[in-house]
Amino acid sequence: MADGQPIYRPKHGLTRWLDSRLPLPRLVYDQFVVYPTPRNLNIWYTFGAMLAFFLAVQIVTGIVLAMHYVADGSLAFASVQNIVREVSYGWLIRSLHATGATMFFVAVYLHLFRGLYYGSYKAPREIVWILGVLIYLAMVATAFLGYVLPWGQMSYWAATVITSLFGSLPLVGDSLTQWLWGGYAVGSPTLTRFYALHTLMPFVICALVALHIWALHVVGNNNPAGIDVAGEQDTLPFHPYFTVKDAFFLSLFVIVYAALVFYAPDALVSPDNSSPANPLVTPAEIQPEWYFLPYYAMLRAIPFKLLGVAVLLGAFISPLFAPWLDSSKVRSCRYRPLMRWFFWGFVAACLTLGYIGSQPVAAVLHLGVASLPLVWVGRCATLYFFAYFWLVMPILGRIEVPDPTPETIAQPVLIKEGAA
Amino acid sequence: MKKLLLLLFALALAAPALATAAQPPQKQAWSFNGPFGTYDRASLQRGFQIYREVCSACHGLTYLKFRDLAAPGGPGFSEQEAAAIAHSFQVAAGPNETGEETDDNGVRLQRPATLADVIPSPFPNQQAARNSNSGALPPDLSLMAAARKDGVDYVYSILVGFVEHPPKGVKVKEGLNFNPYFEGQAIAMPQPLTSEAVIYADGTHASLQQEAHDVATFLAWAADPQMEQRKRLGFEVVAFLILFSGLLFLSYRKVWKGK
Repeated sequence: MADGQPIYRPKHGLTRWLDSRLPLPRLVYDQFVVYPTPRNLNIWYTFGAMLAFFLAVQIVTGIVLAMHYVADGSLAFASVQNIVREVSYGWLIRSLHATGATMFFVAVYLHLFRGLYYGSYKAPREIVWILGVLIYLAMVATAFLGYVLPWGQMSYWAATVITSLFGSLPLVGDSLTQWLWGGYAVGSPTLTRFYALHTLMPFVICALVALHIWALHVVGNNNPAGIDVAGEQDTLPFHPYFTVKDAFFLSLFVIVYAALVFYAPDALVSPDNSSPANPLVTPAEIQPEWYFLPYYAMLRAIPFKLLGVAVLLGAFISPLFAPWLDSSKVRSCRYRPLMRWFFWGFVAACLTLGYIGSQPVAAVLHLGVASLPLVWVGRCATLYFFAYFWLVMPILGRIEVPDPTPETIAQPVLIKEGAA
Repeated sequence: MKKLLLLLFALALAAPALATAAQPPQKQAWSFNGPFGTYDRASLQRGFQIYREVCSACHGLTYLKFRDLAAPGGPGFSEQEAAAIAHSFQVAAGPNETGEETDDNGVRLQRPATLADVIPSPFPNQQAARNSNSGALPPDLSLMAAARKDGVDYVYSILVGFVEHPPKGVKVKEGLNFNPYFEGQAIAMPQPLTSEAVIYADGTHASLQQEAHDVATFLAWAADPQMEQRKRLGFEVVAFLILFSGLLFLSYRKVWKGK
């Protein structure tokens, strides 16, 4: 891509033969060995590699689970117990998969927030960003489908609540819901089709990931300074500099993963899911997994169901428009003194919504003498979530005076070194 | 659409409707707490004795097999002991040499259980279970310690929490029993354990607290039989990862030196 990048020269007969037919080694060399990467990437840029790792973990563990799991309403719960109790290291595979989903979402949220902070969605990376949001949406769908499969109480009722949302659509609502269910309620046919889709989705994600990386490598990485790469002095080859950096931070992340897998495998699972699905008994509190709690809070904050569904849909697709909503010429929030505050406000709104989603719907916040129903806090946070995209992004870029950005990427790095 | 609204309303009402919400369970010090905790084998064996002599009258243990009693990380029975325990249980037999599955009275033929058999449930199906328990369904206990918040403390608290006379102003329906740790505080199960409900084979004094402690330990193991293996392997994996991260950090420093 950049001038002066070393050129792949096959050394052996076999690689020369391959290079003129299917130049895979050349692709790897160009894209993952000498690929010029901005030298100032920080820890927040290591989550892309982590996501690739967790996608692989989920697929490998998922295939092994699929060898033992039975997608039938009367057998699913027992088959999971069979995996945990009888299959060799089945308890480990299952825990790696369930906890893997949690780590996958931790990484994707940090990756997304990083993209928002450093303006990675802005030109020329619009398509990288859109593909990224689509990957996230595919992950949301996969995780929801997967959560239903153990067929515990929370699986069953989560499926009921979420699929019932389609019932709010005018005219087609009821028929659409029954079509999804394969019956008049969530049941064995629903479970079986969710299983089929859950095993399909990872491959959709793989395809999107390939496009995401392709698009990224066409335009090159953004970086914390948010300025374009000016020349060779601004970049380092991907290998060994970024392979070793990614590997180190991935290893730290995997320590957290292992600690959860081995010491708290059920910490993030509702106890209700250890009871088999029972259509006649509704759990006292229905709650999604932690990574859906902000959306759940939005849904519950809206008193009208159809509007709630529209808000949910809006929350999922609003980020897709970010590249055209943000009017600022400067990418990185490092040089946007106002946007920085709004960004952290956005993070706070998401965390607040997550907290509210984890509380009973009628919960009240007591502040001294005043008491504030959480549902109102949720409404404010929901408004802010949307305002961030549809008001702050377009308006702030026009009124904000950005700090001066550095001339080149190498400049602040070199200055820092000179000072040290 | 109505369904979901109803559901959401049910959620909204859930908290106030259960005005008699359960008391939080009593926290106990368990031998298996913490990253190096293990099950107390003697307690597991006593707990199994209680399950067998008391609980098994109504509750199944569907996901456990007799051989689990002799598995590593479990109650620590020898294979012979577990086989002897299995032999003392009767399970449905296969067809006999003349192809019959029932005797002349239509009763299913029985045989002694083997190590490979699932611990038999007291009732053939849910309907039979409800019929014998005034309509209430005694839940399976294999996962009880996982299926409730603070499961093992919950099991302990329920077992020691029965009060003969409910506090003033609390009405308990006919056929239910007051227990402050149960959701709604009225439970269909009558008090199952009392002091000296069993005579422990190992001579331990069978106080109510001791019995509850032992059976809760047993159910914790039943719900999580690989806990010891899991923690042991976890220690090795985490220790390896920490060393590995250290090496990666040194490589990272070396590669990036001067950059």
